[in-house]
Amino acid sequence: MATRLQFENNCEVGVFSKLTNAYCLVAIGGSENFYSTFESELAGVIPVVKTSIAGTRIIGRLCAGNKNGLLLPHTTTDQELQHLRNSLPDHVVVQRIEERLSALGNCIACNDHVALAHTDLDRETEEMIADVLGVEVFRQTIAGNILVGSYCAFSNRGGLVHPHTSIEDLDELSTLLQVPLVAGTVNRGSEVIASGITVNDWTAFCGSDTTATELSVIESVFKLREAQPIAIVDEMRKSLIDTYV
Amino acid sequence: MAEEAGMFRVHQTIGSVLCCKCGIPMTPNAANMCVKCLRSEVDITEGLQKHVIIMHCPECDSYLQPPKTWIKAQLESKELLTFCVKRLKNLNKVRLVHAEFVWTEPHSKRIKVKLRVQKEVLNGAILEQAYVVEYVQQDHMCESCSRVQANPDQWVASVQLRQHVSHRRTFFYLEQLILRHDAASRAIKIKQMDQGIDFFFANRSHGVKFVEFLGKVAPIRSRNDKQLVSHDPKSNNYNYKYTFSVEICPICREDLICLPPKVAASLGNLGPLVLCTKVTNSMVLLDPFTLRHCFMDADQYWRSPFTSLLSSRQLVEYIVLDVEIVSPEVNVGGSKYVLADAQVARMSDFGKNDKIFHIRTHLGHLLNPGDYALGYDLYGANSNDIQLDKYKGLVLPEAILIKKSYEEKRQRKRGKPRHWKLKSLNMEVDSTAKGRIDEDKMNKEYEEFLKDLEENPELRFNISLYRNKENQPSEMASMTDGEDVPSVPLEELLADLDLSDDENGDDSMRE
Repeated sequence: MATRLQFENNCEVGVFSKLTNAYCLVAIGGSENFYSTFESELAGVIPVVKTSIAGTRIIGRLCAGNKNGLLLPHTTTDQELQHLRNSLPDHVVVQRIEERLSALGNCIACNDHVALAHTDLDRETEEMIADVLGVEVFRQTIAGNILVGSYCAFSNRGGLVHPHTSIEDLDELSTLLQVPLVAGTVNRGSEVIASGITVNDWTAFCGSDTTATELSVIESVFKLREAQPIAIVDEMRKSLIDTYV
Repeated sequence: MAEEAGMFRVHQTIGSVLCCKCGIPMTPNAANMCVKCLRSEVDITEGLQKHVIIMHCPECDSYLQPPKTWIKAQLESKELLTFCVKRLKNLNKVRLVHAEFVWTEPHSKRIKVKLRVQKEVLNGAILEQAYVVEYVQQDHMCESCSRVQANPDQWVASVQLRQHVSHRRTFFYLEQLILRHDAASRAIKIKQMDQGIDFFFANRSHGVKFVEFLGKVAPIRSRNDKQLVSHDPKSNNYNYKYTFSVEICPICREDLICLPPKVAASLGNLGPLVLCTKVTNSMVLLDPFTLRHCFMDADQYWRSPFTSLLSSRQLVEYIVLDVEIVSPEVNVGGSKYVLADAQVARMSDFGKNDKIFHIRTHLGHLLNPGDYALGYDLYGANSNDIQLDKYKGLVLPEAILIKKSYEEKRQRKRGKPRHWKLKSLNMEVDSTAKGRIDEDKMNKEYEEFLKDLEENPELRFNISLYRNKENQPSEMASMTDGEDVPSVPLEELLADLDLSDDENGDDSMRE
């Protein structure tokens, strides 16, 4: 189920948060509203951790991670690193990497099996990604943009990419990622998908400017509606009726 | 190009996304909204004028461009469209792509213009929108029309042109000059008076311009005066009527003049008897016996004015019996003269008595024995001139020849009309005059003027002659005569532009 929210009156929630299947990172805001929205959705299921990276609040764009691990830029301070190591579950590997392109969230887009990387990423970084996150790495561009982490957001069930992506590109990416992809917008026509939405397998959070159309597109491509209890009951009912002739 | 670089380029098909507002599929654009949603979001015509009031003068069909200019324009014309677009403020914020009129009933006093504008909205998308501006036309008489309405004969400046001579040759010539240079285009009325013409203008500056034009083509002196018509004490506005009195000097071409002693001395002792050969804004005086010439401009003349002894009215016809060239050809200011001794006899004497005059003439290059010439008969004339008396011991010649006469040949050609014509100014004839203007005399003088034009190519220089289509000379006829009457060659004639109906054309043309 997709939720609409704002971080301190700003709709770019993907900048200030990072959501994966195992944990959630949230930036430290003036009021607790942002954090509490995440809490209310995810409280019992996964840990919601308040943090900063390199002293900034733009944590969503600086780090890249999935349920297996979390990659941090070299600008992360030791305290932050330690804090994260403490707060996150043990099976999540927290690693700080030396990479010239330090906004890892903009350069790497990943789910639990595949990752798309910036074309100019170092060889060692690529190996680190494959190691720490346990994924297959592909260097790609999206609609001619090299910042793949900004212009697409995908989970294990589906993905949303930049609206100007051509059909051939869409097909190519879809085969690489092995998930259905759709070109669309978020936050009332904004093309920067990953900054407007943060998503995992059963829930998504997007900026409050997102229109109903965009929301329906998001819910359908990430298959969020089936996560609802009602949907599960329907499926069960279908299987029960199967025997009823 | 990609193929040349050796790269393999996949053909890119743009997919469709859903409009973020209404959800209909569309090709992605910079705003990622379909055009309708974008239009509903953003109105680029906001802040632009949709309703304008313009002033229109019903008399002269012109529109006011404040503060003072009135622009003449027809309904649904290009000028009106330009004017309407100019009247819109704030149009520089958007880009105007197209403008056209929407038809409205002419009596409705509304003008509708449909404009298409483009503006950049929302991160780079350019939106184009059409909208209609309505102009309400309010009737308001422009200043010149209201002045005309108040008093149709109202003039502000008048130029009274006079020449105190007994013929109207100068005015015929001036009329053609004025027509050629379009100098009287601003005159609201032209009136023919005794010994002159009056021109009336609506603006003092037009009058001044006309007087300056006259100063360039004739030797004049002028003075001006003004008369108070009305006075507004509150705003200190004074309305005047300005009058320019212009007098042309009475010396004309072909006049015989006896110079006063002082003037003769100042001109280098030019023989007291001189001929005036050319008059523009200065006169050329030629001494026919020494072939000396001098120029005298208007200022010089008016300092010590003199009148002519004999004028072209008093020309008498002579027949040339013998010509003996005395001096070689002399070029005097563009015209050639040859001094010659000639034996002439008056036509009235010829055959009746043996009166022969031996005279010196400057027309040696033109005259042959048996020719006819026109000249002044000093032998028979009784001159009452004060200036002549001042010269004690001056021997007057018996006759002075002025020009060659083509009268005989003209008599042969009497039936044939001319193949060229002149235009004339639209002049009112002063009906309240003392009746001195005689129709017959005028026509005769005009005929003389036309003959003069034919004989003198330099006179034709500044005049526009028009081809008379009805009277074209046939090719055959021109080859028959040996010595022909001088006439205007075809190359000099202008093809007349006939814009008006035939009736109107006839009124304004004189043959």
